[in-house]
Amino acid sequence: MSRASAPEVVLHDLTVAYDRQPAVHHLNGRFAPASLTALVGPNGAGKSTLLKTIVGVLRPAEGRVARSPAGDIAYLPQRAEIERDFPIAVLDTVLLGHWRRIGWGGGVTPAMRETALAAVAAVGLHGLEQRTVGSLSVGQFQRMLFARMMVQDAPLILLDEPFAAIDAGTTADLLALIARWHGEGRTVIAVLHDLAQVRDNFPETLLLAREGVAWGATETVLTLANLQRVRDLLDPWTAEALAGERRRA
Amino acid sequence: MTATYAFLIAPFLEFSFMRRALVGCLALAIGSGPVGTLLILRRMSLMGDALSHAVLPGAAIGFLVGGLSLVSMSIGGAIAGLAVALISGLVTRMTALREDASFAAFYLASLALGVLIVSTHGSSIDLLNVLFGSILAVDDAALLLIAGIATVSLLVLAVIYRPLVMECFDPGFLRSVGGHGGLTHTLFLVLVVINLVAGFQALGTLMAVGLMMLPAAAARFWAREVWTLSLTSAAIALASGYVGLLLSYHANLPSGPAIILTAAACYCVSLLVGTRDSVRTRYFVRSHIHV
Repeated sequence: MSRASAPEVVLHDLTVAYDRQPAVHHLNGRFAPASLTALVGPNGAGKSTLLKTIVGVLRPAEGRVARSPAGDIAYLPQRAEIERDFPIAVLDTVLLGHWRRIGWGGGVTPAMRETALAAVAAVGLHGLEQRTVGSLSVGQFQRMLFARMMVQDAPLILLDEPFAAIDAGTTADLLALIARWHGEGRTVIAVLHDLAQVRDNFPETLLLAREGVAWGATETVLTLANLQRVRDLLDPWTAEALAGERRRA
Repeated sequence: MTATYAFLIAPFLEFSFMRRALVGCLALAIGSGPVGTLLILRRMSLMGDALSHAVLPGAAIGFLVGGLSLVSMSIGGAIAGLAVALISGLVTRMTALREDASFAAFYLASLALGVLIVSTHGSSIDLLNVLFGSILAVDDAALLLIAGIATVSLLVLAVIYRPLVMECFDPGFLRSVGGHGGLTHTLFLVLVVINLVAGFQALGTLMAVGLMMLPAAAARFWAREVWTLSLTSAAIALASGYVGLLLSYHANLPSGPAIILTAAACYCVSLLVGTRDSVRTRYFVRSHIHV
């Protein structure tokens, strides 16, 4: 992938609504080209909504999302949207990462197959290529989806809670993969819950509570004062997070 | 040897209506196997049931216009089935009602309307014929129609196979790469309806869906990929047709129910002794080797 093509994503006064209830309010800001940003906030803060709007699945009620250059997006939705018992092989799933190049009827070239096999090996699933996805553990399944994203080779990568219910070993491996994507100059945005994980791995953070509370370098965003403001905006989640922060301090 | 021959093969050599019925089953199996498999994978089994009933009022109106004519009843049935599919889709998109609920509402209305039309304007023989079909009465025109529908189904499936499978497995991914999930969904519904119209002639509106769902459900216990599932399902459907026809011939049973009951028996056997996730593999085969 060419390094120059990493896109910036600019939000102009963005408001997105579900059933006329605004889920994201008047959000302004910019994900810089080749930045690695954690999207943090309580349940119902509009994190998934924001990702879906950037992908284009949801339409803004007001304002707009500008991506330039407008290229391919690799998007990992939350687990619930995937049929986990579907009768399809691991390698076939990963090969579908080539969708933009093969579409409805295009054939898979030997080179594409090599890329997919390399991706399967890179996420540690070597030897499981012909297994059906239903036989994978939760962690292996997530590794497979990351392999598919490697094959997609998109300059913009959006991850919606990629580590929910994933074991520590897998999480560490996949975090290393995200760091590698960052190093390759891709723009990466991930919804996360674990603040320690964000501090250790993500240089930028957007703290969201329907409106943007803070956006910038992670250490300036995840402050007690900001988390307090989130609690004022949307109560229950922050109480727990703050308790954790106090234990750290 | 001759006894076996007389039992298994002679009926089809002696009687042309038995041959036609068998060829009809073959064509139905080829179309319904893959369509039923995908219907189950999309968790739309009940919708298939609903659509098969929705065909009835159209066929009934066709019956009013053209009598017991295959062409008018098929055209009417296809129009009614597609209308119910489209209207239910619209209602789902525009209101809070889920798709299965709106399908149920429309098919119940259709079924009642269809029975009403046929019973007020025809005899009870006609009603029985429409509800349960008569595969032993299929003529050359009907065979051509069923075979044509099977051919179109396979061709369309070949074109939309990849996005259709993606849409079942991971609709979010398909949307994110711009894969036209809505278009494939609509084309697939059209395939379901025309295959039900094909089955309607042979098995009637109440049982047309049986040859689509039972073999596909049975195949789940033998195969592990979409295309092998489709092949297995078509093979089970064909076997059910053959055995069902023999049963109906030798025991003097109505052919439609005999075929569907055979398919149901295949399903039960698969459930018990199939090679994948059946009762046998779950409870009686040790998954580890004990030394």
